[in-house]
Amino acid sequence: MNLVMRLGSLALLLGLWLLGSHLVGARLLPEPQAVGLAIVQEARSGALEFNLAVTLARVAVSFAIAMLLGTVIGLAMGRIPLFDQFADPWLVVLLNLPALVIIVLAYIWAGLTETAAIAAVALNKLPVAIVTVREGARALDRTLDEMATVFRMSKWARLRHVVLPQLAPYLAAAARSGLSLVWKIVLIVELLGRPNGVGFEIGVAFQLFDVTRILGYALAFVIVMLAIETLLVQPLERYVSRWRSKPA
Amino acid sequence: MHIKHKSYRTASGGRLHVLDDLFITLANGEVVALVGPSGCGKTTLLRIIVGLERDFEGSVHLRACGSVGFVFQEPRLLPWRTVEENVRLAAPAASEAVLGALFAALGLTAHCRHYPGELSLGLARRVALARALAVEPDLLVLDEPFVSLDAELAARLRTELVELVARRPVTTLLVTHDLDEAVLLADRVILLSASPARVMADVPIANPRRTRSADELAAIRNQITRSSKQA
Repeated sequence: MNLVMRLGSLALLLGLWLLGSHLVGARLLPEPQAVGLAIVQEARSGALEFNLAVTLARVAVSFAIAMLLGTVIGLAMGRIPLFDQFADPWLVVLLNLPALVIIVLAYIWAGLTETAAIAAVALNKLPVAIVTVREGARALDRTLDEMATVFRMSKWARLRHVVLPQLAPYLAAAARSGLSLVWKIVLIVELLGRPNGVGFEIGVAFQLFDVTRILGYALAFVIVMLAIETLLVQPLERYVSRWRSKPA
Repeated sequence: MHIKHKSYRTASGGRLHVLDDLFITLANGEVVALVGPSGCGKTTLLRIIVGLERDFEGSVHLRACGSVGFVFQEPRLLPWRTVEENVRLAAPAASEAVLGALFAALGLTAHCRHYPGELSLGLARRVALARALAVEPDLLVLDEPFVSLDAELAARLRTELVELVARRPVTTLLVTHDLDEAVLLADRVILLSASPARVMADVPIANPRRTRSADELAAIRNQITRSSKQA
């Protein structure tokens, strides 16, 4: 039933796309089959795979950096009030700095390099991750903490078995919102200062007014991200919440 | 092993006087029950003894006391770890044989792979008890371990506890507001007053635990009530 609904909804979207294409003309909105053909052609030449891989690598690295730093800093801010008071203004500044400003400054200060690109993306994602994890760290159960103290659990055991499982839902939320945020920002970073990747290709297509290619690359990348979500993020979420799924 | 306390003043909010000039000593292997009305500071006292509460005046000496096994009022299990993992995490040094025997004695063998959320309160309390005993503690501390269980289940758990302590004697401090429970389980019953808690009576019980008859229990009970009135 669920699947039928999803397929029906997708079919309706395709139908509307086709209709729109006929209304405004193929130059502004090419038909779905034309976009599909463009994807196949790009894939045959190898350009699609290359650009997808490059972009995906940037997404993965900057996402990993932002999540790791975000977890450490968020945990520290949630647990140490003094550090929280000190770092909060910085966090507010970072949260409200527009993505574009961070990217442009990173390129100016560090040159049009891979490092600058990844740092800019990670820096955009970082404050959001910190805020989410800090919320989780504030909600940690004090009674379980005392239990760990009384039974003299080691620092590592406490982190792994007491703290991280409590943070898991917050980490999952940060990861999910973070993944979609990161890949969108990666495209902008590529558009502004990288010689390859999906963002770069879309930039070229924009200059040539090649809507078919824009849609082709966008669609291909959305499919990749959807696959990551269903094949990686969702199973992981199910695994960490396995103890929840079976009520008494 | 001795635990000595002098006067404690625990601040919660303002300077609330919870405990007043308590001096309690436990002999090695002795089972002592602390009995007092609800809210008289029994839990606070336990928290001070195991080091969870540091803001107090006085001193606690735990001589020859390495490990502490604590059974909290609520089971406090990690819901995302199985029963077995919960016990192992608290007692990483425990051997298979010890754990197996403990699980068997408490009727938990069939539940080793269950998560705490799948257990009834009675079972969860057994797990908490197993966890406290698995560390082979030098001091076992029980904070109203049988509260909010139905009478029959509480009685069964009490017998199991008596059996386990008989098998491997351990210095035990039991907090309860139920005098019957205290008389049934302890070698010595200490009666505390209402807040701020003071020692009102300190009554040793000579008979071994397992041979106490109902009449004897009633007699001891009366004796304790009487001595508390004199105090």
